[in-house]
Formats: sequence, C-alpha cells, structure tokens
Amino acid sequence: MADTPLVELREVTKRFGPASAPLVLDRISLAAAPGDFVSLIGPSGCGKSTLLRLIAGLSPLSGGSLTVAGHAPDAAAAELAFVFQEPTLLPWLTAARNIELPQKLRGVPAAARAATRARVLDLVRLADKSAAYPRQLSGGQKMRVSIARALALAPRLLLLDEPFGALDEITREHLNEELLAIRERQSWTAFFVTHSVAEAVFLSNRIFVMSANPGRLAAEVRIDLSHPRTADTRLSRAYHDLVTEVSRLLRSAESSASAA
Amino acid sequence: MNRRTLHLFLPAATGALFVAGWYAVHAFLSDDWRFLLPTPGAILAAFRDNRDALARATLNTTEGALLGFAAAIFLSAFFGLLLSLSPLVRRSLYPYLMILQMTPVIVVAPILVLWVGAGLKSVVVVTFLICFFPLVVNTTQGLVSTDRNLVELFRMWRATRAQQLFLLRAPAALPYFFTGLRIAATLAPIGALVGDYTAGSSAGDGGGLGFQALVYSSRAQYPALFATAVVTCLLGFLFVAIVIGLARLTLSHWHDSYERTDV
Repeated sequence: MADTPLVELREVTKRFGPASAPLVLDRISLAAAPGDFVSLIGPSGCGKSTLLRLIAGLSPLSGGSLTVAGHAPDAAAAELAFVFQEPTLLPWLTAARNIELPQKLRGVPAAARAATRARVLDLVRLADKSAAYPRQLSGGQKMRVSIARALALAPRLLLLDEPFGALDEITREHLNEELLAIRERQSWTAFFVTHSVAEAVFLSNRIFVMSANPGRLAAEVRIDLSHPRTADTRLSRAYHDLVTEVSRLLRSAESSASAA
Repeated sequence: MNRRTLHLFLPAATGALFVAGWYAVHAFLSDDWRFLLPTPGAILAAFRDNRDALARATLNTTEGALLGFAAAIFLSAFFGLLLSLSPLVRRSLYPYLMILQMTPVIVVAPILVLWVGAGLKSVVVVTFLICFFPLVVNTTQGLVSTDRNLVELFRMWRATRAQQLFLLRAPAALPYFFTGLRIAATLAPIGALVGDYTAGSSAGDGGGLGFQALVYSSRAQYPALFATAVVTCLLGFLFVAIVIGLARLTLSHWHDSYERTDV
C-alpha cells in the first residue's frame, strides 16, 4: 500500500474559458507518495498556483485525470487542507476560534475541538496567543495561526500556496524550520508552491521545476538532504550544490519559455 | 495646556466667538429687522416658554424617526441579502432602487397622505424612504465583498450555505452595514421632520417638530422656530452618537476604522 500514490495526475490540462483559449497547464503528469514533500517552482504565470487549486478541487480540470487518495479532488475535501499566501483568517475571531472554526463546521464537539486547538497552537509555538485577534498578531504569527488551523484538520495532504511569500527573510527561515520540525511529529504529504529556490531545497524531498506558456513540468530534482534539517543544513556543501542546480534549471526553464 | 484640554478648548472658543458675533450683528441691526435674528438669550427663553410643546413634538418626531429607521434596517437587510444572491438580481433591481432614491420626498408626501393618512404613518414612510437607500446599497456591497479566499476555504470545509452566510458573509459585511447605518442615522431625524412638515398632522398626537416649525413660522414666533432647529440638530447628534457607539462596541476589536482615535 505504501507505493500507492496519494496524489496522482495524468496528462492534466487546464485552460480558462472556451476550448480555443490558450492552455495554462499542458499535460502535467506526476505522482506523489504518502510522506512526500513536493515543491512546485517556476516563473510567474507557469500555472503552479493553478495546479495547486486543481488538486484542492477549487477549479475543474480541462483534461486528463487527477486523484487524491483515490478520489476525485472534490470528493477528497476531508483529506486535505489549504494554506493561502495571505493568512486568510476571520478578523472578528480570536486565534483560538479561527483554528476551531473548520472543525466546528464539521460538527466536532467543543471538548475535542479545544484539545486539538491546544495541541496545534503548541506546535506553532503560539500557546500564549490563543485569545488574540488577528490584528494584534504580527505577519509571521498570523501565518502560524493559519498553518495551525490547517493542521487541526489532521489532513493527509497539505497544500501551501506561497505561504511565506509575504514575510521577511528571517521570519521565513524560522517558519521553514518550524514546518519541518512539525513534520517530524506528524506525517502529512505536502505540495508547496514557492518562488524561492532556497526554501524549496530546504523543505522538499522532490522539486518540480515548471516552465511557462503553457505551464509544463520542465524538470524534477530529488533532494536527499538528511533529516532532521536545521538552520545548519543551510551551511552544508550539499545544500548549496542543490540550490545552484535548481537555480540553473529554473533559469533554463525561464529562457526556454521566453524563446517560445 | 495639554492636547486633551486644547481639543476641548478650541471648539468652545469658536462657539464663544460665534455667539459674541451673533450678539454684535443683532446690535448692529436696526429695530425693524432685529426680529429676523433673535439673540441666543431669546432662543433660550423660547425654549423655556415652549417646553411642553417642544418636548411633545420631539417625542413624536423621535417615534417616527425610530420606526422608519427600524423598518429601513430590517427591509434593507432582507433586500441586501436578495441583491447579494447574484449580479443578475442586482441588474434587475438597481435601476428601480435608483428611481426610488431620486424621487423627491416633497413630491411624494401628498400622495402618501392620501394613501396612509396624515400623521405618524406618513412620517414613518417618509423616514423609511430616505433611510432605505444608503442602508441597502452598503449592506449589499458588504455581502458581496467577502474575501474570495475565505469563501474558498468555507467551500473546502464543506460549509452549508447558512453557515457561510451567518459565520462569514454577514460578519464580514458589518463594517459596510455600519457605514450605511451612520448615513441613515443622520437622515432619520431629518426624514421624520420633513415627513412631519409635509404630511404631519396635529390630530391625535399633536404633531412633531416639523409640524411645530410650521406652527411657529405661521405665528412669526421666530425665537421658537430657532429653538425647534436646535432640538432637531441635537436629535440628529443623538442618533449618530448611538450608532457610532454601537459600531465601536461591535467592531473595535477587529476593524481598524472604528479604533478610538483623535481627530
């Protein structure tokens, strides 16, 4: 069973509008096994966010097939959680209530909700902020609440759309380390969209480099840096070689797109 | 002098200067024209002399304003929901809302008197007509401006339509609703006054401030007329102050625009 992919895309295409509209995604095929941390990286407009939205069931495919845990994406809603670039919290609810909201909608009893909330707030190291409203939190703290809310759903698949893109470099690195530390204690599969090569290399075990117009998978890089990865990992030779390699692939994907 | 005292002192000083100027102009006028600008002292005296009539009129106008305001709030919530359902509904109904808004109340008032009768009923309808538009426009705007990503999260969480409405769209629309409420609160007492002026009646309750203004003006009781204007103004202040207070209570912990700030 371990070899059954959790997410499987076969020849997935996507266009917005009529059949004559240009392709946004062109025949994307990939499979992610349970436990994979997959990053999607590519130039603006390569469709990486669109690909994530297809997996989330937020947008229909134009062609091909896509399954999450063996189901069509919109039937797999209970298996996945989505984190946007913006924290996307309800500003009129405290951090605690924001985190409990999706479970409340699913009818989870209050005691169970509170236990889960306490656990995930601990994971993101915000136990003391549970009564704070979003406007009282910093950008990094809001994003932590957003991630805690996703983790509270105990997803098998976590979809993250540039979650740290709006944060400063130092906060971003801290949150990268925290995300991996959380993953040591939980086992979910991740699809992570980012613009940052360094972030992708640090977090992932697989990176897909995409090219634009139309969006295609240009290359896959396996990242076999050992776990646990810490701030020291960024100082290692292997890490730097991988960052260089992915950057090179990204540049060639960009130039092939602009030549086309 | 610290900031706080200065902020109280400045408007008080302007007020004192204004009253002094008023007395000066009054003194400058010839005896034949002085009746046109009664002194603040004379207006205060008119207050005292007409205490009962003004108090009764104020109560009646407040009643009309409150009923019309409340009706506008309830119906605008209903129509706001209806209009937020789809752009097609908005397209079908907006032109007629505009027509409703553009029609001058002064022209409609005599027809209202024929339909519902003079007095409180007409006053309520006029107040409603004036308050409804800003409320329904803002409520609708609020209901359709919900953050798209939040709507998508609710979809992924399998929220029902009712959950989406009550836990997401309605609270997200509150700041817009209060903007409409603030505009409507300034309009409600004016609406009640205009309604009373054009369709009021002394029958039964003795009429409101608009009717009272008519009476004073026909009897050339100009100080009392000024006193009526002051009362109306205070009533408007009271309405707006209550709405702003409610908005702060509801929104200050999460919405920036209702944070307590100095001018």
